[in-house]
Amino acid sequence: MRWYYKLPLRLRSLFRKDRVELDLNDELQFHLQNQIDEYAKQGMNPQEARRAALRSLGGVEQVKEECREACEMNLIENFVRDVRLGLRMLLRNPGFTVLAIVCLTLGIGANAAVSSWVEGILIRPYPLVSHQERLVALSGTVRGERDETSWPDLLDVQRSCTLCETLFVSNITGATLSIGERAEVTTGSIVSANYFDAIGVHPILGRGFERGEDSGRNAHPVVVISYRLWQTRFKSDPEIIGKTQRFDNVVLTVIGVAPEGFYGTFVGRAMEYWVPASMQEVFYGGDKLEDRGARWCEAYVRLKPGVTHNQAQQEISAIAARLEAEYPATNRGRGIRVWPLWETPFNHAGHLLPTLEIMVVVAMFVLLIVCANVGNLLLVRSFARRHEMTVRLAMGASRGRLLRQLVTEGLLLSACGAAGGMLVAYWCRHALVLLLQVGGGDVMYLPGQIDGRVLGLSAAICLVVTLAVGLVPAFQTRHLALADTLKTEASAVMGARGRAWFRSSLVVLQVTLSFILLVGATLLMQSLRKIRTASPGFSTTRVLDTWIPLVAAGYDAPRAKTFQDELIQRIRALPGVEAAAYAHVVPLSYKSYSSTPIAVDGYQPQPNEQPTAEYNEVSPEYFATMGIPLISGREFTRADDENAPRVAIVNQTMVARYWRGQNPIGQRLQVKGNWVQVVGIATDSKYSSLRENAEPFFYVSLRQFFAIEPDIHIRTTQPLQSVQTALIREVRALDPNLALSEMMTLKEQVNRATSHELVAVTLVALFGGLALLLATIGLYGVMSCTVSQSTRELGLRMALGAGASNVLRLVLSRGLLLTTTGLIVGMALALLLTRLLGDLLYQESPRDPLAFAAAFAVMTVASVAACFLPAWRATRTDPMRALRAE
Amino acid sequence: MAKPTDLVQGTLDLLILRTLALQPMHGWGIAQRIRQVSNEVLRVHQGALYPALHRLEQQGWIRAKWGESENNRRAKYYSLTPDGAKHLRQEQAQWKRLSSAIGLVLEMS
Repeated sequence: MRWYYKLPLRLRSLFRKDRVELDLNDELQFHLQNQIDEYAKQGMNPQEARRAALRSLGGVEQVKEECREACEMNLIENFVRDVRLGLRMLLRNPGFTVLAIVCLTLGIGANAAVSSWVEGILIRPYPLVSHQERLVALSGTVRGERDETSWPDLLDVQRSCTLCETLFVSNITGATLSIGERAEVTTGSIVSANYFDAIGVHPILGRGFERGEDSGRNAHPVVVISYRLWQTRFKSDPEIIGKTQRFDNVVLTVIGVAPEGFYGTFVGRAMEYWVPASMQEVFYGGDKLEDRGARWCEAYVRLKPGVTHNQAQQEISAIAARLEAEYPATNRGRGIRVWPLWETPFNHAGHLLPTLEIMVVVAMFVLLIVCANVGNLLLVRSFARRHEMTVRLAMGASRGRLLRQLVTEGLLLSACGAAGGMLVAYWCRHALVLLLQVGGGDVMYLPGQIDGRVLGLSAAICLVVTLAVGLVPAFQTRHLALADTLKTEASAVMGARGRAWFRSSLVVLQVTLSFILLVGATLLMQSLRKIRTASPGFSTTRVLDTWIPLVAAGYDAPRAKTFQDELIQRIRALPGVEAAAYAHVVPLSYKSYSSTPIAVDGYQPQPNEQPTAEYNEVSPEYFATMGIPLISGREFTRADDENAPRVAIVNQTMVARYWRGQNPIGQRLQVKGNWVQVVGIATDSKYSSLRENAEPFFYVSLRQFFAIEPDIHIRTTQPLQSVQTALIREVRALDPNLALSEMMTLKEQVNRATSHELVAVTLVALFGGLALLLATIGLYGVMSCTVSQSTRELGLRMALGAGASNVLRLVLSRGLLLTTTGLIVGMALALLLTRLLGDLLYQESPRDPLAFAAAFAVMTVASVAACFLPAWRATRTDPMRALRAE
Repeated sequence: MAKPTDLVQGTLDLLILRTLALQPMHGWGIAQRIRQVSNEVLRVHQGALYPALHRLEQQGWIRAKWGESENNRRAKYYSLTPDGAKHLRQEQAQWKRLSSAIGLVLEMS
């Protein structure tokens, strides 16, 4: 039974059916002729001989049919016939068909969309990059906490790592690009010279970077631009290579154009250009290439085939330990950590991981509910089709044949659903960006990826759905008793068990699952509300934040100081401005604070303890501007400048930990080797995340620890728009070449910091609502079907004196029994499952009784509503007509 | 029409393959040959012959080709494939084992 014998035969019987039929005919004719000849020889007359020959063959048509069966022609023919019949059945019932297909589209679409996000964001986030399954992300650690890594450290890892195939650095950066009149802020990457070779992407024009182009301070002013940038800003100029272009204040030579569809290696952004690491100073400020203590790099490693995550981590940890021993001054307490791509901490992958994990589960739930719903619809219909089925059985169709028919119908439905679902997934592929896109200006790029694996998964889901949906009614036909069903429409009895139990359990399943989703959605909503209304410890509504790119405009420290001084005077003079200040880092942003090992007067650390703390460099009036109360002591003043003794303001937690609650004012603190004097105590606030626990934190004077591009905070009574206009005017007055970066309220900043929570809440709530709707439809369907099938019984009851209220109660109680069962099961499961929400919940117990009660109430109301209409219809039963109709 | 039992069906396949091992032959010829060789004992049910041929063809054990018959009619000639020959050898061995075993049981005294 080799395929090369079989395949041509199969194909022939499929596509050359007429030919095969003719052959079959000829073959049997030949046989008949011979037989007739033989009989004639034996002395029969021609007619007799012919009859005898036919008889001995046993019926030409039967033989032909058996031959066809032997060729397995029937299988395909029957399938085609089933499809035709199925289509006819579906078209005859457009209401049912549309409902079923819409349900399936939503179910399959939800799964396809979620899996395309998982694929496009977590698993294969970088189109065109080769062997992403072996890519891992590298970050530094400092005493277990994540930090960036330094360039020299990474070079050492690259040199000595034997399990790594390649290591490349890819850091996000931004620059203003002006061509002609139009200036635009673009996002790009600072990369190591091996970048394009390492990821296997080759520029379509020009070249990638060459060895050595990532070394030497500002030595290689070259750039590779994205296809989009080339198309839109350079009008697809074929002579682009070798031309120069200004990025901020540096002129770079374009040496290559990246291929279409390549967006770089940062989840959440599409890169527009790539510059070698040698240009790092121009884009980041400060020459950090040779500095082992300057940690700014984000890197990826492609492991050699077959190397596991653990092996890689072990080897890289060993290298990091060696570096620690070799360079204790810069590397003490530091390690390097390997992250799977989907946990990459320095882009959006890591942030979105918990949300997407929940989404996978939720989408599965929705799919289950959809299957139950469509299965139920088909059951209801199969009840109406009992007659047809029975007739077919009576006419000699085998049960297998009927089963095939039902599965084919299921396949038709789920195939339509799958097609619709793929459309949904296609439309939704950028949906995450829309949800994350809270403010304007920040162009994110988070595409879902619909590739072979997603398609395969969807096809598999479609098949499973087909079986689930198609076999449910088949299960029902098992019980078909020929005689009974042919004789009369057997009628069901309200409240009786028996056949309806299967349908009822489907409804219970739906109620259960939707209840769980509703609980999850409610928990997430409460959590979001809490996190958005939680006080971060500083004012959010009336404080505006922006910054001015000075490094890019060519400012050095002395010029920047003068500029900052002049600008803050002008800002304070603006109408409606109550206070204004500079700060190196705006709270809850992506920027990270400076961190330092500290020593404290009078505090004796444990032998293995190295006290460290994060701090912010702030200007005078910072606390007044931010609305952070000082408990005692004073704010920084203009007198706290380079020439004055260094000072610091510490937070409450720091006082509690290092001074054991005693007054620290006047005490000393060592920051990066310099002693500073504590002059004030500020209340605790949130610094990096709303979820963080109170940690020691302190502030130093910006003038004494200078940062060239601090954020500007403005406390004002005026609306954002007018302040922005005024500020732009003032900045232009000082230097017409300067631009203002995006301005937003701190409220907006807080909202952005919680945008991932918003995504989770929106999606779970959306799916929860969908599930509720589906479950309600399911319950309604079952109840109205039960009512219409027990018309006779209801009529009888009413004829015997049952009032409308009795009937109403009867039907309602039956429906509510189902709901209650579902709710009880759902409650039990939800208690187990809501823990999965884990980190997404903020100060919210996964077993919060309020959320359970709310979901319970919603579900109950929905199911009463779903049962009421059929129940009401039941009370309208006309006893006379109901009894006569039978 | 009574369905042939497995044994009969298997036997028919075996007889067909054995007959075709001698030379390519059409359906009618196969039936005649089996009758003659078995001294008129075995009569192939003609209704069962053709489905069996098509089944064997589907399995790749025999191959069909149109040709001219001895009385100048267009006839479909079947011939054994290498796979079919192998299968025949296995089946023959099997059959011999089976029939000698039955023989032993029957002659038991």
